[in-house]
Amino acid sequence: MSAPLTHTYRSGEVHRFDAQGQDFIYLVSAGAIFALDGAVGEVLSMLDGAEMAHGDLITALTNGGYSPADAEDLVRELRLARVIVSDQTVAAPAPAKPEGDYPLQALVLNITNQCNLACTYCYEFGADKIATPNGKPKYMTIDTAKASVDLLLAQSGGRPAVHITFFGGETLMNFPLLRQVVAYATDQATAQGRTITFSLTTNATLLTDPIIEFLAEQQIGVTVSIDGPKEMQDKRRVYKSGKGSYDVIEPKLRKLIARHRTRAITARVTLSKGVTDVVSIFRHLREDIGFHEVGFAPVTESGEQAYALGEEGMVTVLEQFHQLADEWLAYALKGRMHGFSNVSETIGELVQGTNKSHPCGAGLGLLGVSPSGDLSPCHRFTDADSHVMGHVSSGIDRKAQGEFLTKGHVGAKYACQSCWARPLCAGGCHHEAFVRYGDTGHANLHYCDWIREWTDTCLKIQGTLAVQNPEFLEKFAERKGLS
Amino acid sequence: MKHLRPINQKAKAIDASVEAQTAAMQDDVVALQQQVRPHVPMGCTLSFSPGWEVDASGGTAGLCQPVERDIYDCYVTCFWPVQVPDHVNYSPDWASNCSAAAKDWRSLDIIFP
Repeated sequence: MSAPLTHTYRSGEVHRFDAQGQDFIYLVSAGAIFALDGAVGEVLSMLDGAEMAHGDLITALTNGGYSPADAEDLVRELRLARVIVSDQTVAAPAPAKPEGDYPLQALVLNITNQCNLACTYCYEFGADKIATPNGKPKYMTIDTAKASVDLLLAQSGGRPAVHITFFGGETLMNFPLLRQVVAYATDQATAQGRTITFSLTTNATLLTDPIIEFLAEQQIGVTVSIDGPKEMQDKRRVYKSGKGSYDVIEPKLRKLIARHRTRAITARVTLSKGVTDVVSIFRHLREDIGFHEVGFAPVTESGEQAYALGEEGMVTVLEQFHQLADEWLAYALKGRMHGFSNVSETIGELVQGTNKSHPCGAGLGLLGVSPSGDLSPCHRFTDADSHVMGHVSSGIDRKAQGEFLTKGHVGAKYACQSCWARPLCAGGCHHEAFVRYGDTGHANLHYCDWIREWTDTCLKIQGTLAVQNPEFLEKFAERKGLS
Repeated sequence: MKHLRPINQKAKAIDASVEAQTAAMQDDVVALQQQVRPHVPMGCTLSFSPGWEVDASGGTAGLCQPVERDIYDCYVTCFWPVQVPDHVNYSPDWASNCSAAAKDWRSLDIIFP
């Protein structure tokens, strides 16, 4: 008589963590988070680095005091949830690659590639630039802009709401066009019974009262690129003369935030060598200037630039990130929003249980448009000949798009396959990878440890809230669903 | 689920799916070799025509009777009268040299009616 078919179990791909004395797992194949009872903990400990046959596992559990029926129920529950996996079951598939004609959701219009500042670390004009703007238009024309709007509406597959972000260069150097586009796009969308929303990114130097009035009236979201208080802002965010920009923008920002209440006004800080004092930057921008949200990102560079953050800088940054993360949690426990975007964004994804096929929407639901009308995966690839993905007049180049998305899929990144943080990270920014490794499909290996540590920190925040203030997480999920 | 408490939306979706699968298992038709075993006592099948069934491992070696017994199902009870000799009219002695099917099946010979 042959041996009956036996299942041999091993642990599924899980990241264990604890918060407030409660054990949790982050289930990597799905992006799901579960709180565990002691029995699951025992099973996972038994299967830690080991395999066990079904019968042996049941025997071990019954020896530990469980009834055979309870032990069978437990094993079945874990197997169905893929917390443990059998050698007889098919592995969970990687997140599917979206359809070839995935509908657009947003366009980033680079309405000019000109800028009145000369920030030394700029990815568009600095040492690591990939843009090749020579001989191309410097300002987008209204015809190109209208064609962009038409493309967005035509290629968005009937989505009820779409979005346009205005970008530069310095966006406000082409404000007359921005006004026209808002009017045209609103008319076109309304005629189709759809809604369209807008946002822009600016260095704030060219803000005027009428512009602020317009942004508030039209409910246009505003992100300001700013590096903190004067001494930090003026280190690298300078005019071509070398003069710092802080004194110019500070009064304008106060006016903007006082007048514009229809959308969140956010600050986006670039961390670079010497600009690592995250806490004091946050205090200044959130509490003094009054931004609603403040987000930080290390400067993108090839690894050789003098302004690079470096290992030491990164350690300082992380320490201070943790300090702000603790504050974020303390606020959340009282049901309040703190404003540190780096936590809000990650929690937003954890609440949903995001499991990404690609690091972001670039080339998928989002495309960049250069002043000439060339399409690119996102605004960071604007005007780069090497990354053209069609033209607003001729449509999306599906072949180039397909190649970009195939390369950028998390399943194509070898290093990501053994990493538990891949549901959120998926290898990281395509542009950062191109600047660092010359390949948009390369995992951003220089960030891996940092991403894992940060994801773990945010998981613990989520776990703590699940124990102490679950209502906050529910409200947060609703808010994210609306945004 | 009894042991896992969902904390995010994806976990809630998995919870719902596991509950649905567990409920479906209560009165589902499943293969003998499928988990969760055992559906029937070890070594048995639900039909006493062993050659047409599989054992709890999905094979035939663990059946309560040898697969070769199946020949008699065809020969005596005429499930497939065309493919085995007709024991009523022409070949009443066809299996007389085969007293234990698993051992003696080789002595069953081709006949030319």
